[in-house]
Parts: sequence; structure tokens; C-alpha cells
Amino acid sequence: MRSGAQELVILRDIDLEVTRGEALSVVGASGSGKSTLLALLAGLDTPSEGRVELDGQDLFALDEDARAALRGRAVGFVFQSFQLLPALTALENAMLPLELSGKGDPEKAAREMLARVGLAERLQHYPRQLSGGEQQRVALARAFVARPKLLLADEPTGSLDAESGEAVIRLLFELNRESGTTLVLVTHDESLAKRCGRSLRLAAGRIG
Amino acid sequence: MSLSWRMLARDWRAGELGVLGVALALAVASVTSVGFFADRVGRALARDAHQLLGADLVLVADHPWKKQVIEKISASGAKHAQALSFVSMALRGDASQLAGVKAVSQGYPLRGRLRIAPAPGAPDAEAQGIPPPGSVWVDERLVTDLGTGVGQKLRLGRQELEVAAVITLEPERSAGFFNFAPRVLLNLADVPATGLVQPGSRVSYFEYAAGSPEVVSRLQDELKKDLGRGERIETLETGRPEIRAAVERAQRFLGLTALLAAVLAGVAIALATRRFVERHLDGVAVMRCLGATQPRLLRLYAAEFAMLGAIACLLGAALGYLAQAGLGAALEGVLRADLPLATPWPALQGALVGVALLLGFALPPLVQLKNVPALRVMRRELGSPGAGAAASYAGGFVTLCALLVWQAGDSRLGAYVVGGFAVALVVFFVAAFLALKSLSRLRFARDLRRHLRANAVQTAALALGLTALLLLTFTRNDLVDAWRRSAPQDAPNRFLIGLQPDQVSPMKLFLAGKGISVPDIYPMVRGRLVAVNGTPVSEADYDDERARRLVEREFNLSYVDELPSHNAIAAGRWLDPGKAELSVEEGVAGRLGWKLGDELTFAVAGERFGARITSLRRLRWDSMKVNFFVIAPAKLLERFPASFISALRIEPGREAVVGELARRFPNVTVLDVGAMLREAQRLVDQLVHAVQFIFLFALAAGLLVLYCALGATEDERRREAAMMRVLGASRRQVARRSRAEFLAMGLVGGVLAALGAALIGELLARRVFEIDLPINAALWISGPLAGLALLSLNAWLSARKVLAAPPALTLRDSV
Repeated sequence: MRSGAQELVILRDIDLEVTRGEALSVVGASGSGKSTLLALLAGLDTPSEGRVELDGQDLFALDEDARAALRGRAVGFVFQSFQLLPALTALENAMLPLELSGKGDPEKAAREMLARVGLAERLQHYPRQLSGGEQQRVALARAFVARPKLLLADEPTGSLDAESGEAVIRLLFELNRESGTTLVLVTHDESLAKRCGRSLRLAAGRIG
Repeated sequence: MSLSWRMLARDWRAGELGVLGVALALAVASVTSVGFFADRVGRALARDAHQLLGADLVLVADHPWKKQVIEKISASGAKHAQALSFVSMALRGDASQLAGVKAVSQGYPLRGRLRIAPAPGAPDAEAQGIPPPGSVWVDERLVTDLGTGVGQKLRLGRQELEVAAVITLEPERSAGFFNFAPRVLLNLADVPATGLVQPGSRVSYFEYAAGSPEVVSRLQDELKKDLGRGERIETLETGRPEIRAAVERAQRFLGLTALLAAVLAGVAIALATRRFVERHLDGVAVMRCLGATQPRLLRLYAAEFAMLGAIACLLGAALGYLAQAGLGAALEGVLRADLPLATPWPALQGALVGVALLLGFALPPLVQLKNVPALRVMRRELGSPGAGAAASYAGGFVTLCALLVWQAGDSRLGAYVVGGFAVALVVFFVAAFLALKSLSRLRFARDLRRHLRANAVQTAALALGLTALLLLTFTRNDLVDAWRRSAPQDAPNRFLIGLQPDQVSPMKLFLAGKGISVPDIYPMVRGRLVAVNGTPVSEADYDDERARRLVEREFNLSYVDELPSHNAIAAGRWLDPGKAELSVEEGVAGRLGWKLGDELTFAVAGERFGARITSLRRLRWDSMKVNFFVIAPAKLLERFPASFISALRIEPGREAVVGELARRFPNVTVLDVGAMLREAQRLVDQLVHAVQFIFLFALAAGLLVLYCALGATEDERRREAAMMRVLGASRRQVARRSRAEFLAMGLVGGVLAALGAALIGELLARRVFEIDLPINAALWISGPLAGLALLSLNAWLSARKVLAAPPALTLRDSV
């Protein structure tokens, strides 16, 4: 993966296979290329060389729209900065993936999922009325509501204090187990990384 | 679709679509209100066409119709009636009133109805026939003005006539817009006894015909061939062209104003959409992450905006309908007709403008949303819309220009409006930019430098809105006042028209006896322009409407051997009393293309004479004295039949002299200039009052632009304020910083607006009214004050918003 005119190489020689249901953590210092790897796995970014296969499908043989459609079917996200839509209530944020795919009953599924993350009482609250931990739980509900095969989590506790961070992580693993989702979790927190089945260390763009 | 609907509801709830919806509704409302109104007036004209004409075919001339014409009408088998009309004084006791006299023959009106009542306010009924000889039917206004009642006598010229009924509805008048003199209807047979039709009287002669369509059209074809000068045919198709022209002109200007509101609304829509897009970048990136494809996103947002557009258009059309109802009600006094209900067609037209605005100004920024990369969720700097998006508005701008030109009806006027608007915006922007830049050198306003360009845009928007407001409030009144004052204190206030040669000396004696300074009395000979430099002239030679009218009508020629004192020679030399020479007014010479040395040929009473132009005269029309376009030496014109005209001043309190004068000289018409001016002003006031609705739309749209322009920098201001608070600035310090900035903008915007209004006022004064407009201190104080007040309010609101949230929250939201 290169960037810019000066051939800034961000990731090289990555050969990685993640099997169904597995929980993989990617650790590394800032700038080690973890986030870029995640973006590539999600098909948000394209590599200058190389392939990513998701569910047997070559991501970069598809165009951006087809990748988006694939994401909609198969991938869930949790971000460090939550990325909730500020104008939408907790319930509406959680409904969004199903609304976009037009499948099932978005409201029913979202209500159930929000109840599962302990926010049954806060459905009509806006993100700014929720604490950081609550916002990330809404994000979890949004990530799992469409029953994705792959969940990509980018520093999910990075913006949270230790206590609410722990609560979110516990919930994340529980949901992951319940739904049999494959999890790729990017973090710089070693203790969190160890809780995943497998851990991968990135340093200067290579698997260390 | 349903998702778009839900998105619409959510965005609306978040307050992100309010301005957009209001701007759109406003644009549609302003366009539809004018559309509905024009539609109703147009349909009233069509409906009343028969009524307006009083026949299927009307021949109008400024001289009696030839016998052959009348014989042709009789021979065609069509029904036939005759009439003539003129203005004259109606007298009763000491009271006198100028009246529009119409004398009709049996059978009038051939089409439409005449309704009369036995007393003012009494129930009316359709008239049976026409006033019997010796009696008149009169407008209610005349009954009031003269204090006469039904059954009493009224004097017209030399004849006493009995008031037999009050007219409640009259053909040819039901849509008469301007009605200076109340009507007196009498029997054609009574006219000779009044002695009012004499050489020099302005009389219109009518021949009416009605019959089956074939008969009428055959008759029309036959008569059209032999039409002479000063003769015309009015039919249902051409019917009352002057009313149609007036309506079209009014509609054109109202339509232009409405479209200007639409253009302003378009700017507001573009600004609001841009803000909408900026606020949705993150959300769209998340949706891309969650699997929304580009086409899907575009469809979702396009559908959302389409639904918003549909709702706004509906609301706008409804608002427009209400506004035109107000417009109609306000104009009821001017427009003497009850208007039919409007058709839905103008709503469609308004919706079309709405769609054009949405496509032209909301779509370009909206399309950028689909290009937001999903990766933005991780790298926030990606996918911010480029600043160079101005080109993408070209489509919208071109569409609106086309609409403006189309509404203006002719491309030159349209180009003036579009150009004027664009130039005003650019000039305001540049002036605001420079002013703010130089202000920013001052210590207290240093912060102006930070958003110099954005601030200049906001200031220009403010200036534009305020200019409209100042024009409506100050400049309008200033112009009217200046116009009224432009006449000298001792200016004549009555015109005497139609004096016969043998009445000139008695009139002078009469006035001297009453202690009224004896005015100059000028002879007036009516002649047609036949040729210029030997080349025959017809109205078809001129494009200019006023030039055509001048050529088509008879000129009032006068003869004097000395230059009247209120005239000045602008070019050439004064007349040589012994030669065939002419002195012409420079304005009319310019309009008709006459130059010094040209030879004009006039026909007077069947005889022709030619004379050379040896001087151009400059007149002061506002002197209220008698003026002539063309003056010749006495020797040249003395032999022709003439009537005499004069202007004199009757001091307030001595109006009784007018009544006495009218009794002594019954054929002389006394025009009360003051009353006419007052009537004209009442009409203008009524019109202005009515069209204020439309200007209010434009004003509201201008304020919306201002609001959007201010909103565009609000997020940034909020972040900056939060940052300053984090760095230890007190709330007061933060508030003071933005206050200084806003106040400077308000001041500059206000001064620019006053400048703009004064400039436009000056232009109107010089070009249209030909008067000097004195400087109005109130305008120069109010403009800047209004600017300061508006932006102080904004500064206060903005400071409250900016400071309400804890800095951490603001910063976290914006990361």
C-alpha cells in the first residue's frame, strides 16, 4: 500500500487469513498502519498492490459501489469516535443499516438490539444527550443489528474511560459470541488484544 | 422512498431544512401571487370584453365619421348606434365639477348592460333605453360633488338638463382603471343645444355595430381598408388595447419583482444546501460504510429534496394565493371590476420556478454528497466539498436569467434587470470587501480580517436587502414629495380650455374684475403632421409607443411672435415673424427625430402648410404653465380656426370664482390641476400599497440570504469561540470579539444600502421624474442604524448560541 508521490509505503507483505467466527486483534503503535489495514479489510481504501478476499469475493475486483453493497450485507463497524449521526435518535441510528438495506423490520430489530445493549430506556435520546459509553453502545447496536458476518472495530475504547470502556468491550465480546461473527479489533491496548483468540502485531507496516 | 421520507422528517426535526423550505416557499409564493393576480385580471378582461366594448365593433375617431362609413354600417344589416364623448364642466348653483360627458343615440349599448338606480344607494335595475331628451344620467360621485339629486337640474354648457337617474354600471367603464371625471350620460339629440362641441374641443366620435359574427367580420374587413388618420377599429380581439397594455405592463413589473425575490431565494437555497451538505458529510460517510451505494445515496437525498420541494411548492402556492387575494382587495378601488376566481395554472407556473430553483441551486451541492468517500469515517479530512463549485450553479443561473428575460417580455429590459442585479451584487461585494478591509486596520475591528471574504458576502447580502427596504420606505416618499414641491408656490392651478376667439377679451375682463392676475392666453390650432422634409409620415414609421401616439394624434400648434417667458432657446434662433418657421420642444424633436432645418408639413382643416424648424426650445413642464410642442409665427396660423387655452392661479378659498366663470363661459372647461394631481397620487399610493406585498417577498428573501450567509460561518465561529474559551478567554471577551465584527459589518452594509437607495432615487428623479431630489438625512441615518440593529441582534443571538454550550462539547462535536 503506497500513498503520495514519494512512495510512502504504509503496509507491505501482509499475508493474513481470518477464519469464520475467529476473533483477531491487531496491535501496534500509532502510525504502524493498523487503521489502514482495517480500511483495506473493509474495502474503504484500495491498495496499490495486493488482494483482499471477503467471503470468497475479491474485494478489489469489485467497484466501490459493489463493495459498499457487500459491506451492507456482511460487515459491521465500530469506530473510536462512535460516528453516530447527531440528528438521529439512538433508535434511528440503530435502525439505519436495516433501513439502507431495506430488509426486515428495522425498528423492531433496532429496539431489540438496543435493549440488548441496555439502552431500552434511552431510545429517543440524541447522541449528544448520551454519555460516551452509551454512545458506543448505540454504535454496537448499530453494528450488530444487521447480523454481519464480519465486525471491524477500530479502537472501540479509545474515547472512553476505563470503566465504560470495559463495559463496552464485555458487551462486544458477548454479542460477538452470540451471533458467531468474525471479529477484527484494532487497538493499542495490549490487555484488550490478549482477550481475542489471536493477536497480530504491526510495526512499520509489517507483521511483526 | 419511505426512507427518504423518514430522512426528510429527521432532517426537518434537526432544523436543517427550515431555511431551505422557507426560501423555496417564498420564491413560489411571490411568483404565484403575481401569476394568480394577472390570471384573474386577464380573465376579467376576457369576460368583460363585450361589456367593455359596448358592441361587437367600435369605430373611434377624433373627428366625425364620414357619411360613407355610416352608410356602410347601415347597409351591412348590423345594429348601429352612435356616441360622442368629451370633458366639460357640469354646473349646479355655485358648484361646478369637471365631468366626462357621453352623448349616446338610441340603441346604446348594443352589447353589455347599462344599470341605473332612481337614487344614490337605491337598488338598481337594467336601464330601458337611453336618457330621454332633456335629461341626464350621472355617476353617484357627481351627485355627491355637486350636491344635486335625482329630479334636480344640472347645467351642461348652455343647456339645463334634469338628473333622471344614477348610473351604477356602464359599459366601457367597468374596467376603466383611471377615472378622473365622473360620467354624465345624455341623449345625443341634446348636444347641439349645449353648444359644447366647437372647433378645438377634444371630442371622440364613436360608431357602434353589432350583429352576427359573419356580418361583423365582413363589415370590419370593409371598413379597415379606408381607415384614415386618427381613426381606429376596436373589436373583441383588439378590445381596449390600452387596458390590456396597462395590465401587461403592470404584470411585467410585478413579475420581475417576484422573480427577483425568486433569485434571492435561489441564493438562499444554494447557501442553505451547502450548509446542509457540510453537516451531512460525516453521516453520508457512515452510510457509505454501512453499505449505501453512490446511486442509492443520490436517489435518497434527491427524493428527500424533491419531497421537501413538493411541500414547499404547495405551501408557497397557498401563500401566493392568499397574497394575491390581498393584492386584489387592495386594488379594488383602482380596478373597477370584480375579479373571477383564479385558475390553478399560475400555481403550476410557480411550482416550475420552484423546481428550477431546486435543480439549479440545491442539486449541484447535493450531488457532491454522493462523492464523499466512506474512508472519511477514519480520515476526516477527506471529501470536503471543493470551494470552486461556483461553475456548478451555472445551470441554475442560466435558467433564472431565462425566466427573468421571459417575464420582462423584452430582452433588453430583462437584461437590464439581470445585469443590474448582478452589478449591484458585485459592487456591493467589492465595496464591502474594501470597506471591511480598511476597517480591519482599526484595533477594535482586527478580527474582520479573519473571515474577510465571507464577511463581505454577508455584508453585500445585508446591503441588498436594506436597499430594497429603504427604497420602499424613504425614497418613494422623497420622490413624491420632491415632485409635488417642484412646482413653484405661485404656479397656476387651473387650466382653461376651449375658449373661443370672441371670448378672449371678455375672459380677461372677467378675471381682472375678480382681482385675479390676468394670464397669457394662447391660441391653439389642431393640425396633423403629414410629412417631414417632403416624405409622408405615418405612425408605422416609429417603433417607440409614445412617438407613434404623437404622430397618430393631432398636434396642438400655437402661434406667438415672442418667446414665452418660461421657455428657453436650446438651439437655433427664435422665429422670424414674417417667415414660415417653427420652434419645437427639444424632447419631442428628439423622440420624433427632428433636427434644426427640417421642414415639417402639417394639415389643418383640410389645408396644408410647410415650415422649417429654426429653433429647439427647452421647457419647464413642472412650471404648470401652458406649453406647446410646436410654435409658429402668428402670420402662418392666424387664418385657421383656433381655440384658446390658458393657465391661471386661483388662491385657496376663492374656488367660487370657478363656478361663476363656468356659468359665464359655459363652453370653457376648467381643469383643476391640484385635484388631478391628488387623484393621481391617490392612485399611485393605492398601487404602491398593493404591490408592497410583492416587495415584501423580495425583502424577506433578502433577509433569508443574510440569515444563510451568517449561518454559513456560524459553525466556524462556534469552534473558534470554544477554542478561545479553552485558552482562557472570558465569555465577555468572546462576545466582544464577534460583536465588533458584526457591528462593523452592519455599519458598512447600512451605509452601502443608503448609498444604493440614494443612487437609485437620484436616477429615477433625473431620468423619470426630471426633478432634483434633495438629500434626505433620515435615509442616511436610518440605513446604517437598521444595519447596526439587525447585526446587533444577530451578534446577540449568535453569542448566546456560541456561548451556551460548554467549550468541550463544541470541540468534541466538531472533531
